[in-house]
Amino acid sequence: MNSNFKIFLKGITDVSPLMIPVVPFGLIFGILSIDIGFSPLATMGMSLIIFGGASQIILLQLFSGGASSLVIISSVGAVNSRHLLYGAVVSEHVSDLKLIWKIIISYFLIDQAFAVSNEYFKKSKEKNKYFHLIGGGFTCWIIWQSTTFLGIILGAAIPEKLGLSFAVPLTFLAILVNDFRKMINVIVILTSGLIALFGYNYIPYKAYVIVAAFVGLLTAYILTKVKKKYE
Amino acid sequence: MSDWFLIIYCGLITYLTRFSMIALLKKEMFNNRIREVLSYVPSAIFPAIIFPAIFLDNSGSIQLEENPKILAAIIAMGVGIFSRNIIATIFAGLASYWTIIFI
Repeated sequence: MNSNFKIFLKGITDVSPLMIPVVPFGLIFGILSIDIGFSPLATMGMSLIIFGGASQIILLQLFSGGASSLVIISSVGAVNSRHLLYGAVVSEHVSDLKLIWKIIISYFLIDQAFAVSNEYFKKSKEKNKYFHLIGGGFTCWIIWQSTTFLGIILGAAIPEKLGLSFAVPLTFLAILVNDFRKMINVIVILTSGLIALFGYNYIPYKAYVIVAAFVGLLTAYILTKVKKKYE
Repeated sequence: MSDWFLIIYCGLITYLTRFSMIALLKKEMFNNRIREVLSYVPSAIFPAIIFPAIFLDNSGSIQLEENPKILAAIIAMGVGIFSRNIIATIFAGLASYWTIIFI
């Protein structure tokens, strides 16, 4: 077993706990998409081409509400704008790689893989540590495609009142668990969360995600600066 | 616009959000200060998905009363802070949610 493969496997192991809530999410997406009238092929196409859970659900919501293509595309872009920040963090670790690897890694740069690989990148000094992200991203890819497929088949068999979409915020909550103990993190979390909550209906194009994240990051910038002054 | 064009454009913009920073930023552009601030990225982004999903109802208005998701999220958070375990946190949240809505 070579070292690339070992790190790839480590990525799979690390990301696995985060895959449990992806299962109902993928099922919900598949079921919902067929329900509003997309063909099975177009539904699979969304999961393969977009490969971004939250944005795909928003695409469905807006599409069924009769939103224009421009609004849908901008909203998908706004929801996924958080990847810009993931990319900024990850770029530091992959800046020496060939373009082809950057192209591959970009496809797999998703929430769950970023969350675990970011922690791994901070600790690891190995040159091929990017295989961790590919392992995590690939695992999520397999789960996402297969649960989309299952959702298409299951159709209406799963009762909506089970409220499985609640698994989505729970996943993100679980990812943040270690940050609840740190004061600056808690303030940043509350700032971002409250802006998203109250801006949800007022910030156009579903841009509340990037607006909240930007203000949250600005808060972190100011607070870390203030903290340094008093140390 | 046909469905497929919509899907492809959404895919393109999504891919660009992932690829652009990785392709454009260089190592020298990062000092320790930027790194420190960027370490707060998860805390700045994930709440923007969590809060609306918990506090808003299907029509998008804030629902504070008779909202089982709030209590379930608080229980999940408590379990999470206590156990530091991702799976335990998610299961505690789902289990309490189902307990509240079905019993």
